[in-house]
Amino acid sequence: MNLRELKHSLTRGDRRSAFSKGVAAAWPICLGYAPIGLAFGVLAQKAGLTPLEIGLMSVIVFAGSSQFIAVSMLSAGASMASIVATAFVVNLRHFLMSSALAVYLKNSDRKKLTFFSYGVTDESFAVNLTRFRESAWDLNSALVTNFTANITWLMATVLGGFSGQFIPAHAFGIDYALIAMFICLLVFQLRGSVYVITAIIAGVFAVFLSILIPGNSYIVIASMAAAAIGVVLKTRAGSGEES
Amino acid sequence: MIAKEYLAVLLGMGLVTFLPRWLPLVYLTKRNLPSWLVEWLDLIPAAILSALLLPELVTGGAPRALDLLRPELMVAAPTLLFAIFTKSLGGTVITGMLLYWLAGKLF
Repeated sequence: MNLRELKHSLTRGDRRSAFSKGVAAAWPICLGYAPIGLAFGVLAQKAGLTPLEIGLMSVIVFAGSSQFIAVSMLSAGASMASIVATAFVVNLRHFLMSSALAVYLKNSDRKKLTFFSYGVTDESFAVNLTRFRESAWDLNSALVTNFTANITWLMATVLGGFSGQFIPAHAFGIDYALIAMFICLLVFQLRGSVYVITAIIAGVFAVFLSILIPGNSYIVIASMAAAAIGVVLKTRAGSGEES
Repeated sequence: MIAKEYLAVLLGMGLVTFLPRWLPLVYLTKRNLPSWLVEWLDLIPAAILSALLLPELVTGGAPRALDLLRPELMVAAPTLLFAIFTKSLGGTVITGMLLYWLAGKLF
């Protein structure tokens, strides 16, 4: 723990390196956000939103899936309450992600935590959590990663709103960028049999739930249940299973 | 010109997406968590990544249906092997994209 604190204070002193490390960690996220953001911008523009309105949504909401859903609900004339309620349900999974990140951010500066929490997405969560576990990662770098991703998302969505479709969709397999990133980040998480078993249970459970119930609540339900089963298995196996 | 109703929708959405992100980070970082909760949270990333990923690989359409012949799944196997052996995030992303692009050409 001492070494970790030392590393922590060193990186905190070196703002430049925190910045470049944060940007470097963000690039796979940005690669994935660019095509999705463009696609969102095109869709939103077709639904009647101006680039300014699109940009405002990307800044205020900053959540890919609920932005897509909001645009389709807006163009279908849905009520404000139903759009907001849907956004809430769709993004509840971030509650779990922020909770998991909190383990690594004990007694951090509240203001920084607030800015950091704004940028918690599926992708930034996965990247930051992996880095925090590798211990030479600090909140400043994590903030830079989040905001780099956020700015990429903002620019891509606005550009999509301006351009319609000047970049060919599905070019260079870019649609696969985020899936490949998740595959690798999942591999990083599998540090012992309990993690592998938990991941398999979560994945299989999520597949079944995603077919059975509409929406994306399958993510939260499957991962909470699988992690609970994992804890039980770990306790049963005793202390032999420490990573 | 931004319509007031649109702005209201955005602010509402912004609030309900921000709170679930913010509350755990300001509350849980100030407290000592019981050990079972820490262990549970420790397993959450593996669980949540798998729960995000697997349905993308083996289901498709709306409403979702099981589909084991998706190029997403076929490309996932070599991408997974690459990730396990290289442990390189950037390399895995590039490899996955390349294979997916090739799969699109082939099928």
